[in-house]
Parts: sequence; C-alpha cells; structure tokens
Amino acid sequence: MIRWTKGLVLGLAGLALIVLVGVVAPFVWDEAATRLTGAAREGMSAAHPLGTDALGRDVLARTLVATRLTLVLTALATLIAAVLGIGLGTAVWVSGARVREVGLRLIDVMVSYPAVILALVVAAILGAGGPAAVVAIGVAWSPAFARLTANLAASVAGRDHVATARLLGVPPSRILTRHLLPNIAEPLLVLISVCFAGTLTALSGLSFIGLGVQPPAYDWGSLLDTGLEALYTNPGEALGPAIAITLTGVLAGFVGDGLAESADPRRAGPLRRTGKAVSRAAAPAPEVPQDALLVAEDLRVSRPDGVELVAGVSFTVRRGEIVGIVGESGSGKSLTAMAVARLLPDQVRAEAAVLRLDDLDLLGPAPDRRLALEIGVVYQDPAASFNPGLRMGGQITEVLRRHRGTGRAEARRRAVEALESVGVTRPEARLRQYPHELSGGLRQRAMIASAVLPGPRLLVADEPTTALDVTVQAEVLALVKEINERDGTAVLFISHDIGVIATLCHRVLVMYAGRVVEELTVADLREGRARHPYTRALLAATPRLTGPAGEPPATIPGRPPAPAERPSGCAFAARCAEALPHCAAEPAPPVPSPGGWAACHALATKVSEGAS
Amino acid sequence: MTLAAENVTVVFGHGARAQTILDDVSLTVPTGTTTGLVGESGSGKSTLAKVVVGLVRPRSGRALLDGADHAALRGRSLAEARRRIQLIPQDPYSSLNPRMTIGRALAEAADPRRADPRAHAAKITGALEAVALDAAAAGRYPHEFSGGQRQRIAIARALVTGADVLVADEITSALDCSVQAEVLALLAGLRERLGLTMLFISHDLAVVRHVCDQVAVMHRGRVVEHAPRDLIYREPAHPYTRRLLDSAPSLSLEETR
Amino acid sequence: MAGTATRAGAAAVRRPHPWLGFLLRRLGGLAAVLVTLVVVTFGMVQLIPGDPARALAGQSATEEQVTLLRHELGLDRPQAEQFGSYAAGLLRGDLGTSFQTGEPVAEVLAGRLPFTAELAFLAIAVVLVVAVPLGLTVAVLTRGGRRRRLDTGFTFVTGLLGAAPEYVLGTLLVLIFAIRLGALPAAGAETLSALILPVAAVALPTSCVLARIVRREAAVVLGQDYLRAARGHRLPALVLYGRHALPNLLTGTLTMGGLMLAGLLGGTVIVESVFAWPGLGTRVVEAILNRDYPVIQGTVLVLGLLATLLNTLVDILLGLLDPRTLTARSHP
Repeated sequence: MIRWTKGLVLGLAGLALIVLVGVVAPFVWDEAATRLTGAAREGMSAAHPLGTDALGRDVLARTLVATRLTLVLTALATLIAAVLGIGLGTAVWVSGARVREVGLRLIDVMVSYPAVILALVVAAILGAGGPAAVVAIGVAWSPAFARLTANLAASVAGRDHVATARLLGVPPSRILTRHLLPNIAEPLLVLISVCFAGTLTALSGLSFIGLGVQPPAYDWGSLLDTGLEALYTNPGEALGPAIAITLTGVLAGFVGDGLAESADPRRAGPLRRTGKAVSRAAAPAPEVPQDALLVAEDLRVSRPDGVELVAGVSFTVRRGEIVGIVGESGSGKSLTAMAVARLLPDQVRAEAAVLRLDDLDLLGPAPDRRLALEIGVVYQDPAASFNPGLRMGGQITEVLRRHRGTGRAEARRRAVEALESVGVTRPEARLRQYPHELSGGLRQRAMIASAVLPGPRLLVADEPTTALDVTVQAEVLALVKEINERDGTAVLFISHDIGVIATLCHRVLVMYAGRVVEELTVADLREGRARHPYTRALLAATPRLTGPAGEPPATIPGRPPAPAERPSGCAFAARCAEALPHCAAEPAPPVPSPGGWAACHALATKVSEGAS
Repeated sequence: MTLAAENVTVVFGHGARAQTILDDVSLTVPTGTTTGLVGESGSGKSTLAKVVVGLVRPRSGRALLDGADHAALRGRSLAEARRRIQLIPQDPYSSLNPRMTIGRALAEAADPRRADPRAHAAKITGALEAVALDAAAAGRYPHEFSGGQRQRIAIARALVTGADVLVADEITSALDCSVQAEVLALLAGLRERLGLTMLFISHDLAVVRHVCDQVAVMHRGRVVEHAPRDLIYREPAHPYTRRLLDSAPSLSLEETR
Repeated sequence: MAGTATRAGAAAVRRPHPWLGFLLRRLGGLAAVLVTLVVVTFGMVQLIPGDPARALAGQSATEEQVTLLRHELGLDRPQAEQFGSYAAGLLRGDLGTSFQTGEPVAEVLAGRLPFTAELAFLAIAVVLVVAVPLGLTVAVLTRGGRRRRLDTGFTFVTGLLGAAPEYVLGTLLVLIFAIRLGALPAAGAETLSALILPVAAVALPTSCVLARIVRREAAVVLGQDYLRAARGHRLPALVLYGRHALPNLLTGTLTMGGLMLAGLLGGTVIVESVFAWPGLGTRVVEAILNRDYPVIQGTVLVLGLLATLLNTLVDILLGLLDPRTLTARSHP
C-alpha cells in the first residue's frame, strides 16, 4: 500500500548508493586510507580532493572507508532499539490493565529523557568504545519504539474488527499477526527510518566527543573529531565526514517523510487552487420575489480539478422564512450552505450569477463586519465547533465585542440573556466554563445563542441536530422555530432527515447529486404532494411511526453517481422507475406547481399530456 | 435459540468514579423473533449488546443462550456458544480489517485458526450472495466498498459462522436513508429465510418499528418498557417512551399528535 | 461523546480545583523520577562488569591498593547500606569527591552547570521564537495546497538543516564565521559574542524539526470545525490565528515536540566539545575517559534534573493551554 513519492524514491536510492559505498570502499580504498605519506595536513588538491590528515593519509579515502563501520554500527543500534522497543511495547500492551498503566507511564518518562544522558551512563559502565556506544544508543532509542507500539496497538485493538475476531474465537497469536501487526507496520517503518537518522547522529556524536569508536578503528564521527583540530589548516578534513553524516541523515529523513506521507490519508492528493473563493458566473438574473432576503442564482461549487460538486443551484429565502435543504450525503447541501455563509473549505471554489443577502453582495469583497453581524451559523458538531482551549464566554461574545464594539460587561450581560433565552441553566457559570464541561445538548444551545446574539438577518444551520439525541433534537428544533417566530430571523436549514425538515421548515429544496430537483411547500411535502420521483422514493425509504409496520421501508436501487460521473441530464435517471430514454441525456425542465417546481422529464410529459 | 439477559448489572470504574451502566436488566428474545432495543446515548444499550455476546462481563446477573450461561462455559463449548451468536458493530469503517481481503475476513469467520479463503470458497460465495454481493468481492479490500456494502459484508461474516442469533448494534445509523432501507430489507429477508433470532439496537424508534416484533426501551441503564411492537407505538405506557415518541420528527399530517 | 463530557463535568465539580489534582499528580511523578535518577546513578557503579574497584584503580594497581579503594568506596559493605549512605550524602548535598582531582563533585558541578544551562536555555528560547511563528506562517500560507513552491522550499531547507547534527553544524559555523570571515570567536565562553555560534549550532537543527512539527499540527488545527466557526466570526487574521489556532496547535506541538526541548540538552552536551565550552559536557567526557565515577554520577544526576525541570515546564504549559489535559491522566 506504499505510494512511491519522489522523496521516498530519492531517499531509498541515495541510501542504496551509500550502502554500496560501504560495501565496496574498504576493498578499493583501504590502501589509500591507511598509507602514510610525508604530506601531512595538506589542503585540498587533485591528488587528495579533501587533503590529507596529520599522518598524511588521504581524507576522502578514509571518509569512504569509514562508511561501512558507521553504517554497521548505526544499523545495529537501530536494530537493538526496534527489537527491544517493539518487544517491550507488545509486552506492556498484552499485560493486565494495572501493569499496562504503570508500564506506559514509565515508558513516557523514559522517552522524555535525552538519549545522550543514557548513553553517558552506558558508556561509563561499559567504558568508551564502539560496542558500548551501539548498546547505549540502541537502549536509549528503545522507549520511543515501545511507546509507539503500545499506543498503536491500543488504538488498533479498540477497533471493531479486533473485537469481532476475538468473538469468533481467533487465537490471540493470530489476532496479533493478522489484525494488529499489519495495521501498525507503517508507522513503525517511519519510526525506524527516523531512528536510523537519529542513531547515526548520536553514534557519530559519541565518536566525535571521544566516547565512541576508538583508534585505530574510525568512523565518520571520529574523523570529524580529528578534522576539527585541523580546521585552520585543512577544512576538507572536517568537511568530508560532515557532509557524509548530513547527507545520510537527510536521505533517511526523505525515506521517513515519504513513508509518513504515504501512510497519512490526510496528505493524499495535493490540491491546486484556481482562483478566488467566490466569483461571479456569467448568467442572466431572472426575477426575484420582492421580499427576498437571500438570493442565489446559478450557484456552483467546484473542486480544483474542475469537477462541480454543486452544479448550478438557484433559490431564495424570504424574510422570516425557514427554508430547508434535504439530501443524502454527497448531494451538495452542506457546500451550498457554506457557500452562502462564505465559509467553504480552502480546497473548493464557488461561483454564482447572483449571491446576495439583501443589499450585501456575497460575491464581492463583503465587509467582515456585515458578514459577522448579518449571518449567524450553527454547525453540525457542537463538540468540535467550540474552541476547546477557550472559555465559552469569550467565544460567545466574540462577534459583539469585535464587530459591534460592545464593552466586556455589556457583552457578557447580553450573552447571559441569550443563553437564558435558549434554555441554558446557570448561564453566568456557563460563560466561565470550557466547552468540554458542557453536554452535547447544552453546547448546541450555546452555539445557537452565540449565532443569534448579534441579531443576524439569516441563520444558516448545517445539520445542527444530527449529532444529538432525539429528545434533545426536538428541543433544538423548537428553539429554532421560536427564534424565527420571535425575531423574524430567516433560516436556511440543512438536514439529511426529511422528517426534521418537514417538522421545522416552511419551504423545502430537495437536492440530489449537486442539483435541486424539487422545490415545494412543507404542506405539499407532508400531504403527499411531492412530485419528483426522487423525493417520492426518499419519502418511501424513510422509516415511519405510522402506516404498515413490521416490514422494511421501500428501497431505491443503485446509488448516486460520483460527482465526476454525473450525466448532463437527470442524475437520478439511472435509479428512476419512471425514467424515459432521454432523461439522462437532456437537462430536466422545471415543471411548475402552485407551491414550487420539480425538474423531471416524465412529469413534464405527464403534464403536457394532461393539458392536451 | 433463545437469547436472554437475567438481572444483569454492569459497573464501570471503581470507588468514587464507579458508574452503573446497567442496573438489574432482564430481557428475553424468543427464538426466531426480533426485539428492538431503543434508547438514547448513554442509556446502556450498547453495553447490553456487549454483555450478551460476552465482550463485557457483568458484575452480577447472567447472559443466557437457550438457558445456558456464557460465563459458565469453558474451552470448546464456550467457543461453540460464541460462534452461534454474532455481533454486527455500528461503524462499518472499523468493523473490517483494512489489510484483509473480504474473502479472508469471511474465511476467518468460518475457520478462525487458518482463515484460508480457498478452503471455504463455496461458503464464502454463498454468504456474499445472501447479502446480494458479487462473488468477486471476495478478492477485494474493504476500502473498495461503500458504507452500506461494508455493513452487508459484516452481516455476511456473521452468517458464515452459522450463527442463529444476531446482535445488530446501530448498524444503520451511519448510513444514508436509501442505503439504510436496503440494509433493513436485507435483514428482513435473511431473518425470514434463516429463522434468525435478533436483538436490533437503535436510537430510532421509527427504524425499530419496521423490523421488530417486540420493543424494549432503555433509559439510564434500565429497561423502562418492554412490549409487543404494535402496543408500544399505540399505547406507550412509560412516560419516557411517550417522550421519545413525541420527540420523533413527524413526516406526515396523521403523525402529528 | 455527550456521555464522556458529562462525566468529565461531574468530575470537575467534585474536585475543588483541577490544578490541585494536576499538581499532586505532577509532584508524585517528580518524586518517582527523582528516586529513579538516584537509583540509576547509584546502580551505575554496581553494574560495572567484573570488580568495580579493580576497574577504578586501573590495571597497574596492586591488590592492596584495590582493597583499600574498595573499602574507601564502601564497596565491601552490603548494597542496601551503600545505597543508604549514598542517598544520605545526596540529601546533605555531598556528591563525593573526584577521583581525579580530589575536588568535591558539588563544587565541580557548580562551576560547570551555569555554562551548560545558559547554552541550553538560550537555545530553547531561540527554538521557540523561530519554530512556532515560522511553522504557523508556512501552514497558513500553504493551506489548501496554495504556494507549492514555498511548501517545497520549506520542506527542503528544514529537512536539510534538521538532519545536520548540532556538532556538524557547529563545525561548519566555526569554519565559515570564525575562520573564513573571522567575525565571531571560534571557542571559549568569555565574551557575549562567543555565545552566538554555540547557541546557533544547538538551536538551528531543533528549530527546523520543530518548525515542521508546528506546521503539520497547524495544518490539522486549521482544518478543525472550531476554526471554521471562528472564521465565521470574521476576525482579523492575527486574532484568528493568534487566539484560535496558536494555543491549540501548541498543545499538539508540545506533546510531540516537548521531548525535543529536553533532547536539546543532549545536543548541548556534545556541542560543547566543538567550542571548548566549559560546561558539563566537556567535563563529563573527561570524567568518563578517566573513569572518574563520582563526577559522572553527579553530572548524570544534574542533567537528569535539568531534563525533569524542562519536562515539568512543558507539562505546566500544556495545562495552561488546554484545560482538558489537567484532568487527563497523562498526555492525550
């Protein structure tokens, strides 16, 4: 599963070359490295590219020959660290809870001590020398492996497939080899390459201060040590080993970075930006109702590769109106909401013919003050949407303080009022608390209080009840309705749950595969007057508290097309029972109804047949 | 096989930090029927699932399979009992080992020691077909499948063992509505065809109503109401059940109370 | 999720103050570390293969000399008794006397410690001042895949400098700034300008590695929901990143990079050799080569204490930055 990035290939190729030097050099250049010439401490020349040392030996040859010993010692130390550490980590992890806790804390403490101190202890016990240095550095690095192994094993062991395997009766040894080790191998490989670079540095460092490899043997570190003495006469003597140590370290670093990058899904596929976050699409603006507050015409959101995630959405929200957008994952409903709030992720860009909130043009450089005061946003996950390091008070009053210039005491007084109005108990105390000290329901109430505190004209709510229990959800929905009725705040409410939308909203937009397929009043939705085949299929697939019980709801065959594979016509055609031959090829015409419209060829045909 | 929990109490932590997760819970799922277990987060419903499959040992009380206590079993008979009851976990992304092909995962369920897909090819193909997946799926890795497909693979894995009791822990809560309908339909079909006994755990009363014969409502570690499906939705007895029903968003006019 | 939060909330209510519990746990940890350090330094002599007294006296010493030394060191007494008198000596501030020079070890260390501490703490200050703003700035500038060239350049330069060991960098710095340019002193600790090269040598590699960690952590924080929420408050960039991103990325950075600050001590010890810096590092190397055990024991003890001090500082900083760590048992 390793992705071969440029850095990884470069690092591995470079290291292979150095290993080759380590194998070959002692056979080829040993004579040159040990031959005493009369030319002591000569500068760089054609005969001696890096000059000669105090005994007239060629520095380049010595640097090349030293490669083998340096690599062997480094590899040995890395091996000791890995074997000792992984063994220790596994042992800690498989032992009982008490032992595990003590063991983990002990490892934590060990990791926090510099390897060099431990190396000094070992060198003091075993005496200065190569083997002692190898043991010292190997032992000193082992806690890092132990900690990583124990932590990784614990995290993998918590996954459901391990529990399932245990229930199936898979023997513990097989659980280790089948379920645990393969899933922690990559981070361990990364650590091994980091450790290789680290032990190289540390071993050479010990040799450099005279505690490592002892004469007449020599490695890069001891060469650097003697080179330091000759720095004034022949800098080449220090440069050779210095470059060798650094180069090898850099290459090992490349390998580590490359492995880490290929193991980290977050870093997968770099994305390129193409332009401004919100720009104007060229399309004429059709008529808009008089009392429209939010107007979006031909709103498009696209990935850097040009694929449209939201493909031309038009809608309005009137003053005091609650408009719901319902759709399944990937329908583009949240992106639509975030484009309106101008809070799209960095990777995507939006464009539209018109996007404005009353007189505020959301496509241009809208002033921060107006955006902050006129659009309130409520997010899906109240646990993640408050800053964990700041008290609630500062976060709730931030917009008032910054953009209204409200004083601290006044802002807090109003925050207390707002919290009270959303039913938060002990509001003064809550302001002093941190987010993690509140329950999920309380946090979402506080989030709503924070969003409505500046008195916004539009509240954008992106799946605000999805993370909540059903009783809390009912309370939050009632709260949003109350705010809407009391303050006349317009609401754009996003949900995957058509039941929630039907409970709360006045008007409903149904999204499928990046487009709005139907717009209808909530009365039409609740009284079964939905007309688009997708809306009707979605309703049929939704579990209900009334009607026939004991048998599963109707299914919709197939699944939505990926954004890049959407047809130019109706994206639902492939799953639609009423699909006509031309449905997927031609964009569906909007068929108007008293309360909205539905984009469907079959419907258009039916309507025209009914008319004739 | 009848599945039962008898006076099960589970306490996590010690001393001042001790927390009673399950408080004297008793529940019986008769052979061939499905009981829905409904509750909000923290009600203890997932812990009860872990107790009945043997992942969590209760402080007191017993989990029974056809009247036999798990905890009393040892060795081979324990392994046998465990294979007859299978847990399908909630998260389709953590329930399959990303480094094992689907075939190997199913082979492991068939033979925990060797896990050789070739030795059980027929069984694996059969199980995959039972959950409406192509036999070619056996050669692929979990990341090549969508959430709904993974959940079906998890069900196939449970079937391969020859289990006759399934414990489904919120298996549709991470899925989209249309995908949820597919999984529910699949479970209903399997239940009928194989005569499975099932404990179906969910936070959604509406979902439970579509798949269960009996419904038990949990609240703060206790079963507060347990009744046949139609009764509990028509005449909820416990105030908490009524509150749950009132809180559920209504989709059509006749649902509005 | 909600359940855990309520539980944590309940715990916070039950305890009078989260800092108290934190402090108590920290003190307990400190005591354990101190005992471990004392046991390690004591055990060092016990672990010398063969006869420690013979090893200490050297091959040329007579049997009588060895016996005398064994008695002087108390090596002929039971180990428990030896440990008792060693620990009791430590409590009185008696670290023994140097085999080599006969000076009290406490005095030797008192003369050396300030130089090492000066170097290490200055380097840490430089690391923090360089790495954190650099990493955060690069993360902000390259977020969402912008400015690929800056990204590549940053990765390359920090990768190169981060891989160069302190002593190699020190040697190169001497070569360039002291020998070629003659701008700065190559060795010694007499003048203020003599500090520049050693501090740079110790601080630069760690700065680069830490800057990369900061950048990675910052990229994670910039993608968090709460940062999007803060963006929704339409704050000026300085407030947005300074108030909402910085503290949170520091917690991530410190849990990973805090170890590196203590690790910097190791770099200091070795770099001292490059600049003939009169600190603990040069002295302990001499002591190890001469098997001067009391000095080695004392130095290891002092370095261990310094590392403990640094780790504790990092923990306190974490507690200040993220209130959740106070109630957690160890780092998240």
